[in-house]
Amino acid sequence: MVTAKAKKSKSVYAPGPENQTVESHTLAILVNNEPGVLARVIGLFSGRGYNIESLTVAETDHTKHLSRITIVCTGTPPVIEQIKNQLTRMVPVKSVDDLTTAGPYVDRELALVKVVATGDKRIEALRIADIFRARAVDSTLSSFIFEVTGTTQKINAFIDLMRPLGLVDASRTGVAALGRGQTAIGD
Amino acid sequence: MSTAESKKQAQKAPPEKISKAEPAKMTGAEIIIQALTEQGVEVIFGYPGGAVLPIYDEIFKQKKIKHILVRQEGGALHAAEGYARSTGKVGVALVTSGPGATNAVTGLTDALLDSIPVVCITGQVPTFLIGTDAFQEADTTGITRPCTKHNVLVKDQNTLAEAIHEAFHVARSGRPGPVVIDIPKDIQFAEGVYKKSRKEGYPRYTPQTQPDMDAIEAAVELMANAKRPVFYTGGGIINAGPKASALLCELARETGFPVTSTLMGLGAFPANDKQWLGMLGMHGTFEANWSMHDCDVMICIGARFDDRVTGRIDKFSPESVKIHVDIDPSSINKNVHVDVPIVADAGKALEAMLKIWRQKKYKPQTAALKKWWAQIEEWRGIKCLAYKPSKKIIKPQYALERLRAHLEKDKRDQFITTEVGQHQMWAAQFLPFNKPNRFMTSGGLGTMGYGLPAAVGVQIAHPDGLVIDVAGEASILMNIQEMSTAVQYRLPVKIFILNNQWMGMVRQWQELLHGERYSESYTDSLPDFVKLAEAYGGIGLRAETPDELDGVIAKMLKTDRVTIVDVRVDQRENCFPMIPSGKGHNEMILSPEAEKFDKKLV
Ligand SMILES: Cc1ncc(C[n+]2csc(CCOP(=O)(O)OP(=O)(O)O)c2C)c(N)n1
Ligand SMILES: [Mg+2]
Repeated sequence: MVTAKAKKSKSVYAPGPENQTVESHTLAILVNNEPGVLARVIGLFSGRGYNIESLTVAETDHTKHLSRITIVCTGTPPVIEQIKNQLTRMVPVKSVDDLTTAGPYVDRELALVKVVATGDKRIEALRIADIFRARAVDSTLSSFIFEVTGTTQKINAFIDLMRPLGLVDASRTGVAALGRGQTAIGD
Repeated sequence: MSTAESKKQAQKAPPEKISKAEPAKMTGAEIIIQALTEQGVEVIFGYPGGAVLPIYDEIFKQKKIKHILVRQEGGALHAAEGYARSTGKVGVALVTSGPGATNAVTGLTDALLDSIPVVCITGQVPTFLIGTDAFQEADTTGITRPCTKHNVLVKDQNTLAEAIHEAFHVARSGRPGPVVIDIPKDIQFAEGVYKKSRKEGYPRYTPQTQPDMDAIEAAVELMANAKRPVFYTGGGIINAGPKASALLCELARETGFPVTSTLMGLGAFPANDKQWLGMLGMHGTFEANWSMHDCDVMICIGARFDDRVTGRIDKFSPESVKIHVDIDPSSINKNVHVDVPIVADAGKALEAMLKIWRQKKYKPQTAALKKWWAQIEEWRGIKCLAYKPSKKIIKPQYALERLRAHLEKDKRDQFITTEVGQHQMWAAQFLPFNKPNRFMTSGGLGTMGYGLPAAVGVQIAHPDGLVIDVAGEASILMNIQEMSTAVQYRLPVKIFILNNQWMGMVRQWQELLHGERYSESYTDSLPDFVKLAEAYGGIGLRAETPDELDGVIAKMLKTDRVTIVDVRVDQRENCFPMIPSGKGHNEMILSPEAEKFDKKLV
């Protein structure tokens, strides 16, 4: 929000409107896989009041003990800049890529969604699953577990549709993301 | 034997025996001492306990590293800070697990906020007991993660040496800071291999120190065209080493620009120089803050636009183009948007600026600068530090003016530490800081109780130096136990208490901003500081009237033991100028003495 006062200010860095829009950025962070590294990254967000929407982490290079953390975070452009700088200066952090600004990228999430339903609702759930290319990975006479992958928006849409049909449980992985083309993280 | 000769001899010695043998095994505790020795550590400030006993055993067996036994772990950390800030070396502390580590937390946070290189070794319960709520177990790496630059729990004695070498590298490189190495007791006993510090360095942490020359050129061009420039300097210049301070003086001399500094940067530019404006910020001088407010080009070097400096952010220097040199990219554009960001070591940036200034044969805008200086002189004319003198009662400012007069005649290398409060701000305003590494104060965290242990650390590093802790009677009680340390090691630290019987800074805020409701800021019962000093084995002196001051200060400067001087000062005095929080640099409150000028000019 831009206050009337701030607008009037002659200050060269008064919060201008372009600096005040909250954006969502997907960051790819390569770290040494050592104890406490995830706590360090998460502690930065909680300690400085930054927002995380999604976080995934796993070792991606076993021989070099490197893990890749993918964070979707929100903030104004200066806050996003701060987040990147604060991450970069941590000792176990090797590189921080902002996929949102670096160019086109692919982001995917996987979700497992349990729907308990019989009769028409069960058939409708199957039909929607088909549209979303979700697979049934478990089934009883009165329930399914669907596995669905896609962008966060697609998963949200799937879950919203399943809710009235008997959704009782859902588990999501959070976002995994890679930049398109030939470049790799840290390039 | 000359070094050349000894090298020859070394070459002759048959190397086979050593190189073919298995690498010698050492205990973890031996590895620790060996690594510290290799890092050039001469002094450790510490306090023993169950989880560090193997290390203390090794300390006992050797002579290279001196251990200073403090009286509380908090003291060890501040002493290590004082040692580090006055020498430019890494300060080292050693504490036990659990309460030893938690007592260290304030000092670690202090070192983090003021960018002081400190390595703190903490003992930990044995690895097989971690997580069981064992006796004196605390999650030290968890607790200290947000208050250190880096920390590690070492669970393998074979990685211990490397962890220590890397800790020193991280503590001193880039923006310096505290590093904790948490070492379980079984690892201290276990046998492992020692590894030497890597010659090639520690590539996983290599902060940028060289400036981008395009940015430097842009900055210097702005400087050459500046009509109302100001250097706004900070602790980064001190951290960059004495050469950086010398370069700042050169650049200031060549450009003729005025210089102000943060609390942390005092001493980088000599206070007796004509171009010196005094400290800026909440209790900065009128001329420094107005120069910041009205400047057209601000050259910030090694400072971080802290809220105590900027005051209200949208009123901060509204018309200026800002150049910001900082070694930590996360400091840039954090609080204030700048126009020319330069990520670099302050010394290297200053060197590059000087080079470009000379190469391009730039000359300052003489006519404009003359006008600017005339304006500054007008601000100076306000005499913002003026106070109402008294013949009956000691004004705290007067006490410091007298101290200053005595210091100017004293030939020793002088080091000032402070506690936190009004006395700290008065010390910054009234004492002469002409050289870097001579002023140790808790800036970022504002830790009461910092000054005495810090002075202990300074005196250990500079046995012949004159070390004075300018203190408040409330702050000094927070780490008074370190008197005992000073006595044990025969440290002639002087504690100059400006005793107003109030938490003066709290009282001042209550008077000015909380309707004179003095809630819990008066100390009804204070120790007799003279007797207290004597009880510890030190010397106690007291000054109650202005005419006693000179004699007491002269006596204090001659003592060979730790000395407390209880200076009874005016209880009602306030520290001015003051920018109330939430106000701009142009909204300073001045002392009643200066007020009459104020109305005319503002
Ligand atoms: C550990 C700690 N607790 C509380 C404060 C808040 N505080 C800031 S200044 C001050 C009063 C200090 O009193 P004194 O040492 O007598 O100094 P004076 O202001 O009177 O010179 C207090 C309580 C602090 N800075 N540090
Ligand atoms: Mg006081």
